[in-house]
Amino acid sequence: MGNVDRALVRDVGAVALASGVVGVSFGALAVAAGLSVWMALFMSVVVFAGGAQFVAVGMVAAGATPVAAVFAGLLLNARHLPFGMAVADVLGKRWPMRLLGAHLMVDESVAFALAQREPGRKRAAYWLCGGMLFVAWNMGVVVGGWAGRTVGNPELLGLDAAFPASMLALLLPSLLPPKEADASEVVKRKATKGRRVALVGALIALAATPLLPAGVPVLLSILAVGVALR
Amino acid sequence: MTLLPILVLAVGTFGFRIAGPLLSERLQLSARVQELMSMATIAMLAALVATSTLMAQGGFAGWARPAGVFVGALLAWRRLPFIAVVVAAAVTAAGLRLLGVP
Repeated sequence: MGNVDRALVRDVGAVALASGVVGVSFGALAVAAGLSVWMALFMSVVVFAGGAQFVAVGMVAAGATPVAAVFAGLLLNARHLPFGMAVADVLGKRWPMRLLGAHLMVDESVAFALAQREPGRKRAAYWLCGGMLFVAWNMGVVVGGWAGRTVGNPELLGLDAAFPASMLALLLPSLLPPKEADASEVVKRKATKGRRVALVGALIALAATPLLPAGVPVLLSILAVGVALR
Repeated sequence: MTLLPILVLAVGTFGFRIAGPLLSERLQLSARVQELMSMATIAMLAALVATSTLMAQGGFAGWARPAGVFVGALLAWRRLPFIAVVVAAAVTAAGLRLLGVP
């Protein structure tokens, strides 16, 4: 993997660490909601989607039916379909890698891939991020499951701000024109389009959030692509 | 939460994850459509940033979190290292909460 450098490992490591701590809080919540540590870990390994796991376990703990909880979790995860169309090249053509790579598809790995320009670096960033997050998230869940209620709230560490800030930092290269003076018109135009699409997408999702179930506002934001059509 | 709903959630989630690569292969997407797909990704990631910064349980998340994200965004815009962005966002939000900001 000639495309993995120390800066990438450090950046991915920071996101993985934050994700691991959130995993600790999921493990604690799951055990408090009546799951065994091993069931919580099994869920994290096979689902590997933090948001949906929190929602599903939280809903069942609050008295919702399992059907409603699964439906809410799936709605939240539907965004992986369009994500997958965007990162299809990164996963390659070989079946075992494609299946494994699809399972490692999370917001962070998609964002890390998007932030790179060359195909080799895109692949390296996607796999490194997906892999490290998978390990960190699941280790966190086990630790949280064992520690139980003694673990604090990740909000006290400000980790709820770390996630959007890291996603924004990864999004920025697609929105800001490159610094180099020799940047082509095409690249600059793409960045301008990217800014418009990002702004409109964010506004659509914010307007829809109070009205629609979680997951749908993010899907609706795809409509913002309309402003890039001209 | 029992085994069956966990398995259904896992299988459905994986279905969404694998459908994208399969569809893009079947449809032989043109370069134009591929560019639109990366625009769609930008839109969705921006939507995630906006909603996870400002909203919690369908309402406003409080000031500490957006303040942290704002500080992180400022550093990212000034092209500071990624790790500085993440740490500054977390420290700002945590610090404000210590001071009693919700």
